[in-house]
Amino acid sequence: MLKLDQIDAYYGDLQALWGISLEVREGEFVALVGPNGAGKTTTLKVITGLLKPKGGNMQFGDRRLDTERAHRIVESGISMVPEGGSVFTAMSVLENLEVGAFTGKARSSKDDSLKRVFQIFPRLEERKRQRAGTLSGGERQMLAIGRALMSKPKLLLLDEPSFGLAPILVQNVFEMIAEINRQGVTVLLIEQNIRVALELATSAYIIENGRIVGHGTGDDLLSFEFVRSAYLA
Amino acid sequence: MLEPLVQNLVFGVLVGALYGLAAVGLSLVFGVTKILNVAHGELLMFGGYASFWAVTLLGIDPFLSLVPAVMFLAVIGYILYKLIFSRLVKLDESVKIQNTLLVGFGLSLILQNIALRLWSADTRGITTFYSGYAVTSFGIRFPVVRVASLVIALVTLLALELFLRRTYTGKALRATVENWEAATLMGIDIQKVYLLAFVMGASLAAIAGTLVSVGYSIDPMMGLNWTLTSLIVMVLGGLGSIIGTFVGGIVLGVTQSATGFFLSQSYREVVGLVLFLLVLVFRPQGLFGAKER
Repeated sequence: MLKLDQIDAYYGDLQALWGISLEVREGEFVALVGPNGAGKTTTLKVITGLLKPKGGNMQFGDRRLDTERAHRIVESGISMVPEGGSVFTAMSVLENLEVGAFTGKARSSKDDSLKRVFQIFPRLEERKRQRAGTLSGGERQMLAIGRALMSKPKLLLLDEPSFGLAPILVQNVFEMIAEINRQGVTVLLIEQNIRVALELATSAYIIENGRIVGHGTGDDLLSFEFVRSAYLA
Repeated sequence: MLEPLVQNLVFGVLVGALYGLAAVGLSLVFGVTKILNVAHGELLMFGGYASFWAVTLLGIDPFLSLVPAVMFLAVIGYILYKLIFSRLVKLDESVKIQNTLLVGFGLSLILQNIALRLWSADTRGITTFYSGYAVTSFGIRFPVVRVASLVIALVTLLALELFLRRTYTGKALRATVENWEAATLMGIDIQKVYLLAFVMGASLAAIAGTLVSVGYSIDPMMGLNWTLTSLIVMVLGGLGSIIGTFVGGIVLGVTQSATGFFLSQSYREVVGLVLFLLVLVFRPQGLFGAKER
C-alpha cells in the first residue's frame, strides 16, 4: 500500500534520512520505533509531503507521492495525527473536526464521519461546542485522532500519540488506535514508548541516526537481544 | 465645556471606526501569512485614489465607488502577492519578519512615488452635495458621511466575522492562522489561503481608503501614518479578534480626540504610541485578546 524506497531527506544542508526503505501493507499495524532524533518524525513529514525527499521513490497504491504537493496527499487517503495533537485551540471541537473533512470527497460524507468519530470518542461529542484549547491533554489527543479520521483515510499516521499523557491514558489511546485498525484503517505509528508499540504492531521497523537498522514482526523485535538491551532495559 | 468635549469624543469614535477597519486588514494578513505588510497604508492610499477617480471621472456616488475601489485593490493585491509576497511566505520564520519588513518598506516607497508621479502631491478629498450635512442632536453634530462610514465599517467587519466563522474557507483561514503545518495536513492548500488573505487585506484597505477620501482627505504620503495607526490598533485589540480590533480602533480614536481636547492637537499622534507601549508592556495579548495556553 505504502512503499518508501531509498528515501534521502535533508533539513537545509543537513541530511536527516539515509536511504529509508519501508513498506506498509493494507490492514497492517506498523510501528516505526527508535530513540529521540532518529528521524521518525522526519519520515512522517516526508510521507505527508511537508518535507520533500531529495532522493528515492515513494509510492502509495499506484500513485507516486514524492512529487505530490502536501495538501493533495491527504486527498489520496493518508492522514496524520501530528505530535502533541496540534489541534486548533481557538476553534471549537466541532470546527476542528469539520476542518478535518476539508477535502472535497471527505466533505460530502462529513456527517457520517462525524457520527463515526463520536462513536469512537463519545467524550468529543459531549464537548463539541467547547474550544479545543480548553481540553485536557488526553482529550486533545482524541480530537487530533478524530480530526485525522474525518478525511476518511486509508492510512493513518500517528506521531507519538502517547507523548505527554498519563500512563493510564496511554493504554486507552493505544486501545482506540487498535480498534481503529480493526475497523479497516491501516496504521503507521511512531513511538518512543517502544514496548507498547511493539506489542501492538503486526510489524515494526527500528530507525537510528536516520537509517533503518531493523525490521521484523513486533514479537520478533521484542525478543531481539539488541532491542532489549538498547531500549527495554 | 461638556458639549465640545462630547462633540470631540464623537469625532473620535467616527475616525476610530476607520482605524479599526484599516487595522483588521493588516491583522488578517499578518495572522494568516505571518507577514507584516508595512505597505498596508499605501494600499489604503491607493484605495482612496481609486475611489476619488471613480467619483471624479465617472460621476458616481462616493459610496458606490467602493465597488470599483475594492475591485482595483483586489487586483493589485493579487499581483503584489504573486509577484513578491508568494516568495516571502516560504522563508524560514527566523528571516521572514526582517525580509518582509525590508521588502514592505521598499514597496511603500515605490507606491508613494507612483502616486506622486501620477496624481501630484496635492491633498484631495471627495465632496458631494451631502458632504456638509449633519444630524444635530442635543447640540452634538453627527456628520452623515462619517456616520455612514462607521456603519459601512461595522457591516464589513461583521460580514468578515461571519465569513471566518461560518464558511469552510473561513475555517481554513483560521486553521492556517494557528498552525499552517497542521492545516496542510488537513488537505488545505495554504498557498491559496495566503493569496486569499492578502487579496482580502488589500480589499479591506480599499474600503478604508474610500471612506477616508469621502470623510476626510487623501494624499500620496498618508500611507506610513495609516500603517502605524493600524499597527497600534492591531496590538491594542489583540491578534485574532476582529471585534477586538474594531474596538481597539475606537479606543485609539477617542484617546486621540481627548488628548487633542485636553492637551493639544500636536500630542494626538504621540498618545497613540504611548498607548502602544503601555499595552505591549502590561498587556501584550492586547486589550481584548485572550491569553492562549
